[in-house]
Amino acid sequence: QAGTGTVSGRVTDAKNEGLPGVTVLVEGTSVGGSTNADGTYTISGIPTGGHTLVISFVGYATSRVPVTVRAGQTTNVAAQTLAENATALGEAVVIGYGTQRRQDLTGSVEQIDSKQFVKGQVTSPEQLVQGKVAGVQITTGGGAPGANSQILIRGGSSLSASNQPLIIIDGVPVDNTGLSGASNVLTLINPNDIESITVLKDASSTAIYGVRASNGVILVTTKRGTQGDTFHATASTQQSLSTPVKYVDVLNASEFKALVNAKGSASQKASLGNASTDWQREIYRTAYTADNNVSISGAAGILPYRISTGYLYQEGILKRNDLKRYTGAITLNPVLLNGSLRVNLNLKGSWIDNNFSDQGAVGAAVSYDPTQPITSSDPKYAPFGGYYQFLDPSGNGNLNSLATLNPVALINQRRDRSTVRRSIGNLQLDYKIPFVPGLSANLNVGYDIQRGRGTLNAAPNAAAYFNQRGVNNYYAQDLNNTLLEAYGRYEHTFGANTKLEFLAGYSFQKFQNRNYIVNNYSADGTVFQQPVAPAYNGSYTTLNTNVLEGYYTRLNLNFSDKYLVTGTFRADGTSRFNPNHFGYFPSGAIAWRIKGEDFLKDNTAISDLKLRFGYGKTGQQDLGDSNYYPYLANLGLSTLTAQYQLGNTFYQTLRPNQYNPNITWETTTTYNAGLDYGFFGGRLYGSIDVYKRDTKNLLAFVTIPALSGLSNAGNFNIGSLTNKGVEAVVNMDVVKGDRLNITVNANATYNHNEITYLPDVYKVGGISGGVGNTIQVNKAGYAAQSFYLQQQVYDQNGKPLEGVYVDRNGNGTTADDFYVYKSPRPSYILGGGANINYGGLNLAFTLRANLGNYIYNNQRSGAFYDAGSNGFVSNKNREVLNSGFTSAQYYSDYFMENGSFLRMQNATLGYNFGQLIKKGTNLSLSFAVQNVFVITKYTGLDPEIVNFGTPNTQGIDNTIYPRPRTFTVGLNLGI
Amino acid sequence: CTKDLNQAPDYSANAEVVYSDPAQIQQVLARLYATFAVSGQQGPAGQPDITGIDEGFSNYLRQYWQVQEVTTDEAIIGWNDGTLPKLNTDQWDANNEFVRATYDRVFYEIALCNEFIRQTSDANLSKRGLGSDAANTVRVYREEARVLRALSYWHALDLFGGGPFATENDAIGTTPQYKKGTDLFTYIESELKAVDAAGLLLAPRAVYARADKAVCWTLLTKLYLNAKVYTGTDRSTDAITYANKVLGAGYTLSPNYSWLFLADNDKSAAKNEIIFPITFDGIRTQTYGGMTYLVHAPVGGAVQPAAIGINGGWGGLRTKPTLTTLFPGGATGNADARQTLFFTKGQKSSVDTLTLFSNGYLVLKYKNVTSTGAAGSDAQVNGGSGNFPDTDFPMFRLADVKLMYAEALLRGGSGGTAGTALDQVNEVRARSGAAPLAAVALNDILDERARELYWEGHRRTDLIRFGKFTTGYNWAFKGGVPAGKDIESFRTLFPIPNSDRTVNTNLPQNPGYN
Repeated sequence: QAGTGTVSGRVTDAKNEGLPGVTVLVEGTSVGGSTNADGTYTISGIPTGGHTLVISFVGYATSRVPVTVRAGQTTNVAAQTLAENATALGEAVVIGYGTQRRQDLTGSVEQIDSKQFVKGQVTSPEQLVQGKVAGVQITTGGGAPGANSQILIRGGSSLSASNQPLIIIDGVPVDNTGLSGASNVLTLINPNDIESITVLKDASSTAIYGVRASNGVILVTTKRGTQGDTFHATASTQQSLSTPVKYVDVLNASEFKALVNAKGSASQKASLGNASTDWQREIYRTAYTADNNVSISGAAGILPYRISTGYLYQEGILKRNDLKRYTGAITLNPVLLNGSLRVNLNLKGSWIDNNFSDQGAVGAAVSYDPTQPITSSDPKYAPFGGYYQFLDPSGNGNLNSLATLNPVALINQRRDRSTVRRSIGNLQLDYKIPFVPGLSANLNVGYDIQRGRGTLNAAPNAAAYFNQRGVNNYYAQDLNNTLLEAYGRYEHTFGANTKLEFLAGYSFQKFQNRNYIVNNYSADGTVFQQPVAPAYNGSYTTLNTNVLEGYYTRLNLNFSDKYLVTGTFRADGTSRFNPNHFGYFPSGAIAWRIKGEDFLKDNTAISDLKLRFGYGKTGQQDLGDSNYYPYLANLGLSTLTAQYQLGNTFYQTLRPNQYNPNITWETTTTYNAGLDYGFFGGRLYGSIDVYKRDTKNLLAFVTIPALSGLSNAGNFNIGSLTNKGVEAVVNMDVVKGDRLNITVNANATYNHNEITYLPDVYKVGGISGGVGNTIQVNKAGYAAQSFYLQQQVYDQNGKPLEGVYVDRNGNGTTADDFYVYKSPRPSYILGGGANINYGGLNLAFTLRANLGNYIYNNQRSGAFYDAGSNGFVSNKNREVLNSGFTSAQYYSDYFMENGSFLRMQNATLGYNFGQLIKKGTNLSLSFAVQNVFVITKYTGLDPEIVNFGTPNTQGIDNTIYPRPRTFTVGLNLGI
Repeated sequence: CTKDLNQAPDYSANAEVVYSDPAQIQQVLARLYATFAVSGQQGPAGQPDITGIDEGFSNYLRQYWQVQEVTTDEAIIGWNDGTLPKLNTDQWDANNEFVRATYDRVFYEIALCNEFIRQTSDANLSKRGLGSDAANTVRVYREEARVLRALSYWHALDLFGGGPFATENDAIGTTPQYKKGTDLFTYIESELKAVDAAGLLLAPRAVYARADKAVCWTLLTKLYLNAKVYTGTDRSTDAITYANKVLGAGYTLSPNYSWLFLADNDKSAAKNEIIFPITFDGIRTQTYGGMTYLVHAPVGGAVQPAAIGINGGWGGLRTKPTLTTLFPGGATGNADARQTLFFTKGQKSSVDTLTLFSNGYLVLKYKNVTSTGAAGSDAQVNGGSGNFPDTDFPMFRLADVKLMYAEALLRGGSGGTAGTALDQVNEVRARSGAAPLAAVALNDILDERARELYWEGHRRTDLIRFGKFTTGYNWAFKGGVPAGKDIESFRTLFPIPNSDRTVNTNLPQNPGYN
C-alpha cells in the first residue's frame, strides 16, 4: 500500500513478562490491534508520518509512544513496560482542570480507583470511599434508602455556611442545593458508573476552584470506553437482605407497667392497657434489595463508547419504605482531526421513585406505651381506622392533641412518595491549536437538571391528618443549572529538563432553583381552609438564582523531575454578594522530589520520596438554600395565613427583611506540608500531611444589636476558626506472589477544630424534650458545636443526684454554671482495609474508627419519670431505672457518652471463575456483609450521629433510622 | 456575563416600588400591627421575624402575656421548656431565653416602625412622587407607626427600665446607645403628645384595630399612671386628663363580660368596649403564639375542647388560689360573671406541684366560640383544623380605663372626685353582676383590677405599681418554694439579656443581674 507503513513492538509488565490482550491504537484513527500471547503486536496500514501509539490495558497505566511511520517499512518500537495503576507514579491523577502524573503533584490529592472502592451494597457514590480517604469523614444520616451523607473534609471550615465540599462529576460542578423529594442528591448517580474518586484537600490543589473550595473538592470520574477496544459487556446483580441490628433499649410492657404502678399517679395507672406490644419490632422488617447493572463498552470505529443502565430496588427496614432507581449513562470520547481534537460527551440520567413511609414512626415506636394494642375493636377507635390512639382526656372522642400517635398507624395510614429525576451532561472539547506546538484550547459546556415531585396522601381516618380530614398534597421543585467553561493550556519543555504548563480559563455557572406554591388539600381533594396566594409578582412559583463567574490561571514548573512549582490564582464572582461580587484566591506550592536526586536515583529500597509545601486561600459563599440574596433590602409578602385584620379588611402584609449590604467572602488560608514516600519498589507507599486551615470573616449567622437591623440576628462576616491536623496514609503489598496477593491500606487523621474568635456565645444543638432546649455552643476557644452542660453531682454510690450540679463559680447558685464539656467531633478518624487474593478467591474488608467523639444521649435524658399526666404515659429508655429522675435534667453531663467506635463497614468474599463460558468471558460470585460489627462503649443505638440542617448537628442522639446489617450475594458476568 | 452577577428575586418587593404605592404602604403598616399577633410571614410558622428560639413560643403577645402573668399571683405554667420554669418562680437571669425573646420581639417591632417612618418621611414621599391625597393618607399611617413604636418603647420601659434607643434618624447598621428609664419616659411622652397634637390619627372607633386617637390617649394614661414607678414622680393628674378623653370617646361596656374574650369580639357588642385589640383569625391570622396559646394552653383535664372551639388542650396554664379567692365564693361561686370562667372539675385549688396540670383551677376566659355559641372559623365542626381561634386579644379596653381613672383619682390626681371614682368602679362591677361597693380605697383597685382584668397581661405592672410584686405578698412558687417567698427588689425589672449586651457594649445591666 502506498503511503502506509507498519509498526511492531512488545508490551510487558513490571516483571518483564509479555502482556497479552493489550490494546495498541494509533491515536486519532481506528487503526490498531492487540498484543498476542507473548505481548507482541504488529499493526499495519498506518499512514506515513508522525503518530502516537496509545497502549492501554485494564488495570495498567496507559502509555503513549511517539512513532514515525515510513511508507512500506516496519518501524520497531522499543518494548513498553506498563505499570500497574495502583502504585504507578506515572499514573494520571485527576486534578482541577486537567490531569497530572502522580509524581508531579505538589498538593494534597488522594485518588481512589474502582479497585479500591468499598464493596458490597453501595447505593450512593460517597459510600464508595467511606473510610478510604485520610481527612475525610463521611457520615450517613441513617439507614434509610437514599439517606443523606455529611462529608466533612479536614474538619469543615465554616460555622453557618455550608461545610459540604464541592463535588464535580466529569467536569460539571454539581449543585448541592437540597431537592424536594430527595434526601441525598448524590444517590441520583449510580456508583457502578464511577471509575475513580479524587479528593483535593489542600489549597494548592483546590484554590483553582476559588470560591467553593474551602471545604475541599471531590472529583468524580465515570467509566468510559477505550480507543480501539473490543466490545465488552458486563452484567451484574446484587441481591441483599437487611436486618435491624439492635433496638433502642426501652422498657417492655411488664417492666413499664411495674414502673407506672410504682411511681405513677392514679390517672397514669388508669391509662395503662393490657397488651404487650414491642413497637420497634412492629415497625421494622427484614428488607430486600436488588441492584442490577448492565453495561457495554468498546469502540465503534473511531468512536469509543460506554453505555450503561442500572436498576436498584432498595427496601428500607422501616416498613413501607423503599426506593427504586433507574439510571442510564452514555459516554462517547472520540479523538478526531488526526489526534488534535479530543471529544468527551457524557450524558447521565436517573429516575428515583421514593416511598418514604412515615419516619416519625421511628421516634414514636421508642416512646409509645407498650401496654397498648396496635388495633382495637372498641368502636371509639373506629374513626381512626381501628388503630389504637390516645384520646382526649375529656372523653369527647377526639384525639389527645398532646399524645404520640400510634407508630404502626403512622406507617400504614400515610403514603408519602416522590419522583426525582436528574440529568447531568457535558460536552468537552480539547483542541490542539495547529502551528503552535504545546498550545491547546478546552471548551466545556454542561448542565445539571433536577426535578423533584412528590405526593402525600392519607385517608380522613389517619390520626396524623385527622384535623385536616386526610391529606392529598403534592409538591414540586426544579433545579436548572448550566455551565460554560473555557481554558487554554500551553505546555513547553525548555532545554532537556525544564517543563512548563500554563493554563488560563474562564468559568460561568448559573444555578436556578424554582419552587412551586401549592395548596393544602384534604383527602377528598378540596382545598383545606383556603387556597394559597401567589407570590408578590403574581406567580405561583418562586425562582432563586445564583450565578458564579470565575477567571483562573495555573502555572506548573518542573525542573529535572526534582523541583516542582505550582501557582494558581482565581478571581471569583458570586451573585450572592453585591456589589462586592469578586473574591481573589491565590495559592502556591513547591515540591522537592528527593527521589529524583542523584543520591537516590538508583536506590532500590527507596522508590519514592517527595516533600511538598503548599499555601493558599479559598473562599466560601454558600449560605444555604434560603440565602440567595443576603445583601438585598427587600420586602417579603406574607402568606394568606399570616394576614392581619384592620377594620373589616384582612391585609397580606409586607415585611422589610433583614439584610447585610456589606456581606462578603469567608476566606480560608491553608498551610500544608506533605511527604510522599515509597519503599521496596513501591510495595510500601503512602503519604503524610500536616495542615493548618484558618478561616476568617466567617459567614456566621449571629446576634445583632437590638435596633441595628430588621431582626435579632443575621448573616455577618464575624469570627474565625481554625482546623489543625495530621493525615497519614499507608499502602502495602504484604504478599505479592503468583497466586497469593495481600494488600493492606490504612489511613489516619487527627483534626483539631477550634473557634478562635466569636463575639458571643451562640447556643446551638436543639434537643428533643421541651421546646427550644439546646445543649451545644459555638464559643471562642472551643470546637464548633461543643457541648454546653451542667456538671452532675453524684452520691457515694455513683448515682446522680437529681437537680444537683457543681457550683463551678462558687456563687451559691448553679443556674449559671454551664460549662463546655467535650465535642461531638472525633479527634482521630481511622480507616483501613485489606484485600487478599488467592487464585480466583478474594477476601476484602473495610474498617473505620472514630476516636474521641462524644454523644449526648437524648434517649436517656428523656427518661425521667414525671407524674404529670395528660391522659397517657410514654415509654422510657431503660435509663429511668438507673437515675430515677422525676423531672427533666436535660442539661446534665450525666447523659454524655464517649462515642468512639470501630466499625467493620464491609467484608466481601468473592470467587472469580475466570473464563468459564468461553475465551474472553468472566464470571465472578461474591458474598458481602455490610455493617458487620461495631465495637463501642456507647449505650445508644449507633455512635455515628448526624442530623441535617443549616448547619448540620452532630453528636445529639435523638432518634436515628437504624443502620441495618446487610447480607449481599453478587454475580458478575463479563463478555 | 458579569451583569448576570446582579440577581434579584422577582417574588419579593423592593422598597422603591412598595413605598411609591399607598396600597402597598398600607400592607407594610399592617405588618407593624401584625408583629404583636404572628411570628413570621408564613402562618402559623415559617419565615420567622426573629430566630434563636421557637417561633410560636417567642411570639410577641405570648411572651408579653407570659412575663406579665406567670410571674404573678394569677397564673402558672407547667411546661419544662428551657428556662420557662424560672418565669413561674421569679428566678430568671440575664440568660433566660424567654426574657430574651420578649426583649427581641419588643425591639424588633421598634426597628420595623423606625424603618417604616424613615421610608415614609415627607422627603421620601415627594421623592417617590406621591400625590398630595396619597401623601396625606400615608402621613396618617406614619402617625400610627409612631404610636405603635411608643407602645413597644413603653413595654421596654416597663419591663426593662430602659434599653437601646434608635429612631428613624438612625441608619440601619448603627449600634444604638442606651436610654435610661427617665429619659425613655420623656421620649414616649413627648412622642405621643406630638402625635396627639398633630391630630392626624383616626377618630376613636373609626376603624377597628387601628391605632387611633383613643389608643394614643389610653397609652398616655398608662404611662402617666405608672410614672412614679418609672421616674419617681407621680403624674396621676395627667393620667386623669387622658383617661377623661377616652371616657368621652363613645366607648361602651360590653353587655356581657365573657363576650370580650370570644371569637366574635370584633363583631359583637364587645367591640364597643375594645379600644385596641390584637386581631386574630382562625383561617387568616394563624400563629402558635398569641390567642392560639391563650385558648389552648389552659385546656386539659376534664375540659371539653370542642366547647372551647378547639381540637384539644395543651395542658399548661392554670391559676392560683390567690386569684380565685378574690371572688366571693371563690372559683365555684357564680354571683359575679367574671368568676364563672373558672373551671374546677378534676382540678384542685392549690398548686403544690408546678408541673402537675391538675394543680390549680383553670381559666377558660378565651374561647374560640362566639357570643351566640357558634364555633370559630377554624373549628373542626366548621371544617377547620381546630387549631386557630378567631378571638382577638383586648389589649386596651374601656373597663381598664375606668379603673385607671378611679385609681389616678385615689392616688391624688385632680380632675375628678372620689364619687366619680366609685361610680367608674361600680359600673365595671355592675356589668358582671357584682354588688356595688359602698366606698372604694386605693387597695380595692388592685383587687378589682385582678377581678376584672385577670389574664389580660396587666398584673405584673399593677403589682409593681402597688408595691406588692417583690415583698409583702406571696403566691405559690414565688421565689421557687411552693408556699411562695419574698424575692429580691431588683426583680421589678427584667435584666437586659446578655445576648444583646455582648454585641452592644453601650448597654448597662440592670441592678442585681450582674
